[in-house]
Amino acid sequence: MNFEFFFNNLPELTITGLAFGAIYALIALGYTMVYGVLQLINFAHSEVFMYGTFATLWTVIALNAADANGVKLIAILIVALFASMALSALIALALERVAYRRLIERDAPRLIALISAIGASFVLAELMGLRDRIAGWFGLDDDLSEYVGKARINNSMAGTLEKPRFDVGGVSISSIDIIVIVAAIGMMVLLDQFVRRSRLGKGIRATAQDPETASLMGVNPTRTIQVTFLIGGLMAGVAAFLYMLKIDTTKYDVGFLLGVKAFTAAVLGGIGNLRGALLGGLVLGVAENWGQALFGGEWRDVIAFVLLVLILLVRPTGLLGESLGKARA
Amino acid sequence: MNIGFKDKLTGLPKPVRILLWILLALFAYALPLLELPIISTPGVDFGGVLFTVTIYCLVALGLNIVVGYAGLLDLGYVGFYAIGAYTVGILTSFHANWPLLLAIPVAVVAAMISGVILGAPTLRVRGDYLAIVTLGFGEIIRLTAVNLEWLGDARGIKNIAKPPNIGDEKTGLFEIPHLLWGDGTVLIDTEHPTKFLVFGYIDQVPYYWMGLTAVIIVLIADILIKSSRVGRAWEATREDEDAAELMGVPTFKFKLLAFSTGAFVGGLAGALYASRQGFINPLSFLLLYSILFLAAVVVGGQGNRWGVLLGAILVAYLPQRFREFDDFRVLAFGAALVLLATLRPEGLLPPKRTVRAKQLEQELEELEQGTDEGEEAARV
Repeated sequence: MNFEFFFNNLPELTITGLAFGAIYALIALGYTMVYGVLQLINFAHSEVFMYGTFATLWTVIALNAADANGVKLIAILIVALFASMALSALIALALERVAYRRLIERDAPRLIALISAIGASFVLAELMGLRDRIAGWFGLDDDLSEYVGKARINNSMAGTLEKPRFDVGGVSISSIDIIVIVAAIGMMVLLDQFVRRSRLGKGIRATAQDPETASLMGVNPTRTIQVTFLIGGLMAGVAAFLYMLKIDTTKYDVGFLLGVKAFTAAVLGGIGNLRGALLGGLVLGVAENWGQALFGGEWRDVIAFVLLVLILLVRPTGLLGESLGKARA
Repeated sequence: MNIGFKDKLTGLPKPVRILLWILLALFAYALPLLELPIISTPGVDFGGVLFTVTIYCLVALGLNIVVGYAGLLDLGYVGFYAIGAYTVGILTSFHANWPLLLAIPVAVVAAMISGVILGAPTLRVRGDYLAIVTLGFGEIIRLTAVNLEWLGDARGIKNIAKPPNIGDEKTGLFEIPHLLWGDGTVLIDTEHPTKFLVFGYIDQVPYYWMGLTAVIIVLIADILIKSSRVGRAWEATREDEDAAELMGVPTFKFKLLAFSTGAFVGGLAGALYASRQGFINPLSFLLLYSILFLAAVVVGGQGNRWGVLLGAILVAYLPQRFREFDDFRVLAFGAALVLLATLRPEGLLPPKRTVRAKQLEQELEELEQGTDEGEEAARV
């Protein structure tokens, strides 16, 4: 128990925790949206995120961001953000098409959908982990070595960005953390308003409440489900971009632990509840970071799960309860 | 398809049926000695592969009680498996020197108690929450093992006791030769015989026999429990918890019983695994294994004991058989899961009850459509 370190660095620990939490929250949105509409745990969502991190990395390599600075660097980063969102959204849509659609249409048991998602998750992760071999079949592994090399180990873009820190009243804050927190919360607010106010959002809420009646009222269920996956994918893409800004490093299996954490965040806040995902993510990020300072880094992941179990015992439906359908416009 | 087969089987006179089962069991015991050409695994010790298969079968039977019979989604089953393995490791080598046969019952009871401790507070939450709580539990167990020196941290535990040998250590009671398949000829290979019940490091066959015996015992217990009041209470709870409660089934108690029974079997599998390996570390208990176990149960057909055994055999055996595609194993496995899920949503061997329910639904639909046509005919 390292109380002294904890109290001396409480503000910094909180800010870093919030930054991690914001990334968890963005990924958690994908879990929460799909769960709200389909009552399915979208196990492969972590891989959607993972592909986003690689899209960011490849864009940064392709556009040679290491030599850029100023306006050019910012432009490259914006391109990377869009690339990340595009690839993640594409993977999410493909996932819905291949792993879910037939099962949903045939009203299959929900466990089977989970197994299908787990299978898809393995396939997606392994495709990324074997990309050097796959490129080798086409004789491209030498030409693309920058992109497909080191398929099984960490791929890093460290050194592309300077990460200035600044002092606020004696507290040293990383500018990246602030960008991550502001961007993530901004995206969340946008999405929340979208689901509350737009026609598509209304369709999503109606389908979450009562799919049959919604489809009788002219909501196309297949399209609603697609939109749900698309939004989840876009958000995971943003999360992936921010994650790469903060951590710099990715790997073909990076999605697994982050996915579990993000799902934990979604459950913590109340699955199916957008604002719950934000709250759950932030609470989880901060709790992890505080706990890490108190008990040591090796207990970091244990803290997340213990917190989850404790909260679920007190509030079985999460902090804010479940309510994608019940959100009033 | 399999219905007809089952009817034929139950139609046979009882002595013939018992004889068939005994023959099947004998074949299973003899499998590693036969060294059949297509089934045997090239490049990997076949006895060892078969032992892994029996461990997966045990786990699948245990998890099937939780998921298939009682309908509780458990994503942290590997936690119980780990508790069984670690209890044996601690008692026989790390902190004490117990003989294995004393440690196994303790390990199994420890797993069962942990099942009750986990189940009592969490079984009140709904299905999907239960999934994430159990997932968290499995991870907590593993990470605790990584971080506590008392549990051997990341380095793990070595020198776990082997099962006791029967007969002399050098020769065993007697030696059993293997078969050797040449081109169209079968020879008896007396060069590398299996010594009857010497649990050494090289020959894995005795461990397989131990695992297979455990599977058969658990299978018989499973058949007895399933057809008892308890089994029916589990199924009632799975189908409709509220209705079961109103009919006087204390659902919570039975859910807890299912959970701890499943934990019991998982602990047993873990204990046997630890004893065969002689060495465990936290890497043997990744979340991935929980998922593989669940995949075995669901792919085989949750709620049908023969189905889950089939699923376990597939999940454990296929990756070992096709080791030449080593790098692409997980990829192929994932693709197979997606395909199976979309093509056979009820699993390879769905339980009879599910099949019957489907048939009834179809018949009802036909009837409804039929009455429509009848009405139209009457109007004309």
